[in-house]
Amino acid sequence: MFKKKNSLVIDAADHSARGGLLNRRLFLSSAIATSAALATTRAAYGQEMVGEGQEDWVLYPGSDALEYSNRSRFEVASVKRLLPNDPQEFLDLRLTKFVARTPLDHLMGTITPNGLHFERSHQGIPDIDPNKHSLVIHGMVKNPLKFDISALENYPTVSRNYYIECSGNSSILWQKTPTDQSLQEIHGLLSGSEWTGVLLSTLLDECGISSDAKWIIAEGADNGMMTRSIPIDKALDDTMIAIRQNGERIRPSQGYPMRLLNPGFEGNTSVKWLRSIYVSDRPVMSVQETAKYTDMMPDNKALQFTLEQDVKSIITRPSNAMSLKKHGLYEITGLAWSGKGKIARVEVSADGGNTWADAALEGPIHTKMLTRFRVPWLWEGGSAILQSRAIDEFGRIQPTRKELIDARGRNGIYHFHAVHSWGVAKSGKIKHVYA
Amino acid sequence: MYMHRALIIAILLISTQITTAQEPRFGVPATQADIDKSFWAVFPDGEFLPEGEGNVAEGRELFEYNCNICHNFPNENDPVKNRIGKLFGVQDKRGKTNLKQTIGSYWPHSTTIFNYIRRAMPLVAPMSLSNSEYYSLTAYLLHENGIIAEDYVINKETLPKVEMPNKDGFVNAYPEVPDKYKSSR
Repeated sequence: MFKKKNSLVIDAADHSARGGLLNRRLFLSSAIATSAALATTRAAYGQEMVGEGQEDWVLYPGSDALEYSNRSRFEVASVKRLLPNDPQEFLDLRLTKFVARTPLDHLMGTITPNGLHFERSHQGIPDIDPNKHSLVIHGMVKNPLKFDISALENYPTVSRNYYIECSGNSSILWQKTPTDQSLQEIHGLLSGSEWTGVLLSTLLDECGISSDAKWIIAEGADNGMMTRSIPIDKALDDTMIAIRQNGERIRPSQGYPMRLLNPGFEGNTSVKWLRSIYVSDRPVMSVQETAKYTDMMPDNKALQFTLEQDVKSIITRPSNAMSLKKHGLYEITGLAWSGKGKIARVEVSADGGNTWADAALEGPIHTKMLTRFRVPWLWEGGSAILQSRAIDEFGRIQPTRKELIDARGRNGIYHFHAVHSWGVAKSGKIKHVYA
Repeated sequence: MYMHRALIIAILLISTQITTAQEPRFGVPATQADIDKSFWAVFPDGEFLPEGEGNVAEGRELFEYNCNICHNFPNENDPVKNRIGKLFGVQDKRGKTNLKQTIGSYWPHSTTIFNYIRRAMPLVAPMSLSNSEYYSLTAYLLHENGIIAEDYVINKETLPKVEMPNKDGFVNAYPEVPDKYKSSR
């Protein structure tokens, strides 16, 4: 129900139940309209209202508090993109859209709002009733146990900031010619959240795992039952069963009611809608760790279990989502992350990598989480090539595209993590380039 | 005063013990039925493969009815179906067949086929076939990829024995990517 100045217009949104029952606030709106009319009348008699010239939202009371808040109706651009990565007919054939990318150009800080977290499923998002769902841990354990959501909520939980990046993020950059896709389309399979849950080690300890255990096999309860093998050292380290994201219960698209979360590992291993963990002495060799998510190398061998992600950074502003309108001072900002630990340093270049300047890192810097970097930049109207290069606490330096391709060739489609370049033209237009 | 202090120490001792004893343990015993419902993995050595068996001829018929709508073969200039037709090798824009990542040229383990298609296919109705029917589809896929003969029967004994052409094509990258493929400096 929107307020209408000076008149009472009833539209569909005002109906609160069938049979013509209207929203109880309508009369208040009507009263406001009456008082506005009164103000007009007063003006006609030479009495000036002090609010003359103020906007409507200053003159009229605002709307009711909501049970679950929405964004401003003016924020229409900051949405996920359901991408035409596949031809439309292909999407139709598959019935559902399985990929949605985060609008990195619209976000600042390092936490992705829950509704904008990237989404990737292989056979759609299941609508799971939490009362009919539990996690079973079995295999090489003394006591096979199951845990439902209320059991998990009883444990002392941990809350930690971690990024998740799909293994296929930025994959278009393997291709020979620079793409004209947007920042969001190229790099949007990346998000950061505060995840709350129970450390898997706590549950494995309760089950009593065999000393011969070397892997866990995680399976989801989605259609197609996503399956990945995770090394036991990871499972006993920082892997968690996440049940909350940024404070609230994780969303269906993020694995409701419970998901595996392997910090710093390729996103696909963080199995959503988690239902079974089989403790094993060997990997299961599922389709997602053999036919897919493996990278063909130049010598025709394929890298398998490329689990821990490399060090990587991207400039999110400026990007090709905008163009520079006038000469002057700009802030170059972006995100850096490492699958191994903390970001130690980020360098930024405006001349295609010939010279580098240290960027300021915004703290606190968390391990295996996005780190925001910033550096001021004076654009005097010349052409420029903007790049960022991340270095993690282990001294790993993000490679140039040439270095990455020299090492791994161009036959793989996952794990692209080289320095990315934005070309700024004299006109102020920005496009993705190879440099 | 002395008594008082002793009492506090005693209470502290007792409460420490209680804390240890009350380490949170909220898991409940999982029954075999719980496990059977949620666990569908089969391993390369054949562990957990079910009873039943299938053959190439039945698999061909099942494929025609259940799979051909997406995995059209041969891919007659259909770019949509080509994209997901990697089961047998697909043709690129110039009509050249790309055999890089098919079952025959890439998949290292025969059991992965059964493990995957039983849980995930047909796309609109996963788990809608019987174990024997999934064995038949596995047989057909192996046959079309030139790996088994027309009369080879697939069951829990024979499937793990099928040797995949690219079984040695993979290099383990965990915990470290081998030096020659290292990209970060």
